[in-house]
Amino acid sequence: MRVALFVTCLVDLFRPSVGFASVRLLERLGAEVVVPPEQTCCGQPAYNNGDFETARAIARQVIAAFDGFDHVVVPSGSCAGMLVRHYPELFRDEPETLARAQALAARTRELSAFLAESGGEPAIDGTFSGKVAMHDSCSARRELGIVDAPRALLGRLAGVESVELKEAETCCGFGGTFCVKYPDISARMVTDKAEAVIASGADVLVSGDLGCLMNIAGRLSRMDSRVRVYHLAELLAGMTSGPAIGEAEKP
Amino acid sequence: MKPTSAAFSDNARRALHDATLQQALAKAGVGFVEKRRAALSDLPEFAALREAGREIKDHTLANLDHYLLRFEQQVQASGGEVHWVDTPAEACAAVLDICTRAGAKRVAKGKSMVGEEIAINDALEAAGLDVVETDLGEYIIQIAHEPPSHIIAPAVHKTRQQIADLFENLHHQPDLTRPLETVPQIVDEARQILRDTFLSADVGITGANFLIAETGSTVIVTNEGNGDLSATLPRVHIVLASIEKVVPTLEDASVLLRLLARSATGQEITSYTTFFTGPRRGEDVDGPEQFHVILVDNGRSRMLGGAYHEMLRCIRCGACLNHCPVYSAVGGHAYGWVYPGPMGAVLTPLMVGLDEGRPLPNASTLCGRCEEVCPMSIPLPQLLREHRRQEFERKLAPPRSRWALAVWAFSAQRPRLYRWASRLGSLLLNKSSRGRGRFRSLPFAEGWTAARDLPAPQGDTFMAQWQRRKPHD
Amino acid sequence: MTDRRTVILARISQALGHAAAADAPAVLQRVNDHARGPQPQWAEAPRERFLAKLAKVAGTHAELASEAEIVGAVADYLAAQTLPQRLCVAPHPLLADVVWPQGWQVAHRRAQGDDRIGLAVAFCGIAETGSLMLLSGPDSPTSLNFLPDDFICLLPEDRIVPRMEDAWALLRAERGSLPRATNIITGPSRTADVEQTIQLGAHGPRRLHVLLKGGRHA
Repeated sequence: MRVALFVTCLVDLFRPSVGFASVRLLERLGAEVVVPPEQTCCGQPAYNNGDFETARAIARQVIAAFDGFDHVVVPSGSCAGMLVRHYPELFRDEPETLARAQALAARTRELSAFLAESGGEPAIDGTFSGKVAMHDSCSARRELGIVDAPRALLGRLAGVESVELKEAETCCGFGGTFCVKYPDISARMVTDKAEAVIASGADVLVSGDLGCLMNIAGRLSRMDSRVRVYHLAELLAGMTSGPAIGEAEKP
Repeated sequence: MKPTSAAFSDNARRALHDATLQQALAKAGVGFVEKRRAALSDLPEFAALREAGREIKDHTLANLDHYLLRFEQQVQASGGEVHWVDTPAEACAAVLDICTRAGAKRVAKGKSMVGEEIAINDALEAAGLDVVETDLGEYIIQIAHEPPSHIIAPAVHKTRQQIADLFENLHHQPDLTRPLETVPQIVDEARQILRDTFLSADVGITGANFLIAETGSTVIVTNEGNGDLSATLPRVHIVLASIEKVVPTLEDASVLLRLLARSATGQEITSYTTFFTGPRRGEDVDGPEQFHVILVDNGRSRMLGGAYHEMLRCIRCGACLNHCPVYSAVGGHAYGWVYPGPMGAVLTPLMVGLDEGRPLPNASTLCGRCEEVCPMSIPLPQLLREHRRQEFERKLAPPRSRWALAVWAFSAQRPRLYRWASRLGSLLLNKSSRGRGRFRSLPFAEGWTAARDLPAPQGDTFMAQWQRRKPHD
Repeated sequence: MTDRRTVILARISQALGHAAAADAPAVLQRVNDHARGPQPQWAEAPRERFLAKLAKVAGTHAELASEAEIVGAVADYLAAQTLPQRLCVAPHPLLADVVWPQGWQVAHRRAQGDDRIGLAVAFCGIAETGSLMLLSGPDSPTSLNFLPDDFICLLPEDRIVPRMEDAWALLRAERGSLPRATNIITGPSRTADVEQTIQLGAHGPRRLHVLLKGGRHA
């Protein structure tokens, strides 16, 4: 089974350990993991800012780079949603590319959904002691309908006590460029979310999306909270010895 | 009303710092969400009804001209008149003409969002008529000289104390006679004051939630009963309705009514659901002598068959407002015109122009909750993106953000350049974070760092590390 | 305004790619079929469902074996609510033969601003939602449903239909067309416009009391 990893631009730039955690999980499943070098970004910044032409150009690049693999796995609900839901939308009027976009969409999965679907639960066999809250990104929850998979995977980790966030369905306020276009509103939304995280009593917050995580971790850090924030993949792969998101390097 | 949507950012900032407003919003938000959730869990057929509702609207829109003609025929057959108007000015002129011909002095008004859209009160008041809003929420904002901040709860931004103060100033000067503290006291006060309006008005104006082509009926759903009193006691009943409100049959309306009340207030049905069909009949002992329907287009026929076609399915339930994190944070007034929240962010640029309404489609994280709760399955995030596409094509965004997007787009289409640039960026940022793992502030990222730290990159990019790792694997 | 009508219709027809016609086949079929959407299901009998839903919206009721018990039921209600014996009664055949006690002030007319208590007869009840359907007409002035503080409504038990769609079928069968006002009334008047707190009696009746009459519908 050849699995192509769509790293995502945020993981590539800010948190490569999420990429390596994803690779480790996929390899434990017995997959041969390939990282196509022609990938940059899924094109959401262009798409969500109305530049559909650039979004299409980037989508074509992704469709070509990820051609021919059994599966395409993305450690992000947001970027997976872009490939699965929005690429076909972008090529509505171009039948040939549309067919290729649909084929890519059919082969593409968000990481936790892929692990759950491929019987990857036994591959999660670590321990982690503490209360863990899962934050669903809006794209994972609503564009892809992923809610149970990450929780089932977390349940495989001995020692994890799962807690749910109040108002779990509410957006954290990241929203791509929204957070810099409307910083005041975004700040208010992420404050509400961070308060819900703290109120949950969680020791650790995880999510499948680095955008949400950087946003919430940044706010928690500003509020001097001691809640540690990791990507779900890092926890599942047992890669939590390094600093959490936004945490100082250990001396 | 003159829109202030272009100033959304400033409006929103003010709203976020308005402690009283925040108190009112906090009280309202959770209530609507919980009530809807409970109502849906009591009705296993909701999903099937939602499908059926969408089919009804899609079918009607695909035959809109036929159904409007049918509706008109039936209104005329029942003794009413239909007036077709294209613009807000024409709509106001038509209403004013009816009032003038009826020799009207006082108008009792039921809640109507189309009325807000065409600013009917301003037009009637300018002509010297005494117009009184009779829905309690609308009455409150009328005496506060404010626009509604929610399409079904117009005064949701007001606290009890603010309402009590308004009533006290208006009704009780110079001396206070009745206590005005509790909710029952406030509601009773309005009941007593507005009673006289119903009894003395010459014309009653209501909106319409649906128009029935089969029977020529106009439908209103209310809880207070003010719409019914406005439509029953005055000599003339004028219905303000936009053209997309028409549905084929009473059975079709029954489907939509089940969706509407649950989505709006979490009720199974509102206290009063009324079907008006023409004026008073021969032997009737009450009811208006004239029945007029003002059919308002105001840009809707231009939406038909175009990129925003699906917005015409909207039944104005307000669920998208109640579930929108942006609306919940800033309230309806920040949107700067009649329709707030996700549905307003789609409609406002279409009705007041994209130049004025430009910020609204951008002020969304596209979190998709609006589409999820929309009883008509309107793809609101996709429609917001469509506005952004128009905005991009017309180069309406500020130059700085267009330039940043262009630079990013250039490199994102050149993987080697992109890898080089992101590597440079991650290494530089990592180094300048000096092991602290985050930035408290960063030039060009003030928007981010004003309220939160920016996690620093771990070091080299994944792609670079992967290149190094691969040969040894 | 005639030209506006033409302009708007033309714009719509152009967008849809056909010519406007009130008797287009698709439309005729739809308006004549009266096809129903998904029908909510429940287990209780219509009467039980009606009463449960009526109670849920703060409506009250009394059960009557026949028309003969109307006076007693109204008297009980007035006493319980400590209301004056002054009624505005709909000129309805079902209420025409009622002999009101001496000393009561009973008017058979449309309602006026100072009427405290109204009494009318429902065309039918709707079990799904605990609603009453009233049809305006000389025997049922609409003002009676909305102006008084207390609205008492007689509903013969065999007039409870399961759903709104059944009410439409009954209406078409018995009346042929809609009256000026068809009121579907579900509980008393209410508002939540002050801090989302539900308060009964906004502009319409503060209380709704149903007289559910058993036996056969006269």
